[in-house]
Amino acid sequence: MTGTSSQNSLDIELIGVEKSFGPQKVLDAVDLPVAKGKTTVIVGGSGQGKSVIMKHMLGLVEPDQGEVRVFGRDISRVKKKELQEIRMHFGVLFQNVALFDSMTCFDNVAMPLRERTRLTGTEIRKTVMDKLEMMDLPGIEHKFPPQLSGGMKKRVGLARALVLDPKVVFFDEPTTGLDVHKSNEIYRLFYKTQSQLKYTAVIVSHDVPKIFKLCEFVALLANKKIQGCIPPDEFQRSENPYIRAFVETTMGTIYSSEREESDLYEFEED
Amino acid sequence: MTAFLSLIGRETLAFLERGGRMGIFLVASLASVVKPPFKLDPVIRQVHFIGAKSVFVIVFTAAFTGMVLGLQGYYTLRKFGSEGLLGSAVALSLLRELGPVLTALMVIGRAGSAICAEIGIMRNSEQIDALECMAIDPYKYLMAPKFVGGILAVPLLTFIFDVVGIGGGYMAGVLMLKVNSGSFFEGMYSSVAWQDVEMGIVKSFVFGLLIIWISAVKGYYVHMEKDGGFGAEGVSRTTTNAVVMASIMILVWDYLISAILL
Repeated sequence: MTGTSSQNSLDIELIGVEKSFGPQKVLDAVDLPVAKGKTTVIVGGSGQGKSVIMKHMLGLVEPDQGEVRVFGRDISRVKKKELQEIRMHFGVLFQNVALFDSMTCFDNVAMPLRERTRLTGTEIRKTVMDKLEMMDLPGIEHKFPPQLSGGMKKRVGLARALVLDPKVVFFDEPTTGLDVHKSNEIYRLFYKTQSQLKYTAVIVSHDVPKIFKLCEFVALLANKKIQGCIPPDEFQRSENPYIRAFVETTMGTIYSSEREESDLYEFEED
Repeated sequence: MTAFLSLIGRETLAFLERGGRMGIFLVASLASVVKPPFKLDPVIRQVHFIGAKSVFVIVFTAAFTGMVLGLQGYYTLRKFGSEGLLGSAVALSLLRELGPVLTALMVIGRAGSAICAEIGIMRNSEQIDALECMAIDPYKYLMAPKFVGGILAVPLLTFIFDVVGIGGGYMAGVLMLKVNSGSFFEGMYSSVAWQDVEMGIVKSFVFGLLIIWISAVKGYYVHMEKDGGFGAEGVSRTTTNAVVMASIMILVWDYLISAILL
């Protein structure tokens, strides 16, 4: 089995995961490795169950069949306490950010520290201010999340996700609802923080051509299965019919514009 | 016929499922109350919210309840020439029934609805999932302080209600209707026994638990409510539902506790 030989390099591994909601089967024998310290992107059409895969990894949903191994342990079979320990190493940026909207931004970011560590008030304050600084968010600590713009909320959410220096960070559609400029800002912060903190990243995204530049592996969820978890350049050249169909529909325009651009350069060189 | 039978079966299963969910929720919440670490700060905040902020409403309700008891009691007792029993009538009805029940109903309206809506909105906007992902136990973090706060605050409010209510009865009976002050208090001393006070205390603790339990469990499972609708409407319907259900449960348990303790 490939899982055992490469276990040390994997933080998370889904093995033959099946999940149905009522009569509807969402995942059918999904295998997905997530390599340590790398960025894995899960792409796929809407409503295919990308978030369901992420919820399996977080232990929020239990598989009907199969295993979800996190740091080598099957999290659908561990005790509640052990699951809590595993989750100590997780950071999550939710699709709708899920900030605690009746707390200030400072309290939001400070909450994991207050609840999960024994740090003193001054240490907590320093860590929180550092993280907010890292997200280019100085001076907002007394504001409440509803007073912030969408992009700022995402950045507070990212600060909260990173405050315990997690080993794995999950991003569920990190740029949904943001304009191009703000999406780039989120990706820039993602890149910056990952190079600093060296975390494993799992990203569920629609933002297809752009996300390819940031990730090491792309996994397409189609027909209830993962179609290859392969580097982006291989992904774009793949012969797999699902991947080809996906690449053609989502990246068609980019290809043509790149071709046009290269044509243009050739022209200039002439 | 088969449709009818399957309807019965479906409804029974749904009822059992709901009951089981509520039971598990209660056990998990109470377990989280006794599980360390203990933090005083959130509990104080809840006592402040459920208790201190309800004091005005409770005092107001209690004063008028006591006054109307004095008034009605006076005219009823006068028919039998026993106005002297007014003090005991007011005190007994307040201590045993009206104090705990009316306090509980006011707390449901003020704090129960707020708790249900707050937790429901947290559920809908994935804030509870966020807590779980941060390895923070939502029972310990959200429910335990509310349960402790409710169980502490409702008896305290009931105590205030009883005292103010008796004051209201005194005002209506003695100050306005000129019942003899001495016989008002003498009747009270001679008729109120420890069992009456005890019944009020037991009731107020049980009611405190019931209010928080029903409000919180409804909000916590807002996404599973069968006829709740979704989103904002789901929260609003569930909150209404919680208030109605909690009020009914208070009256049912009021009867049950009276029947057991009398």
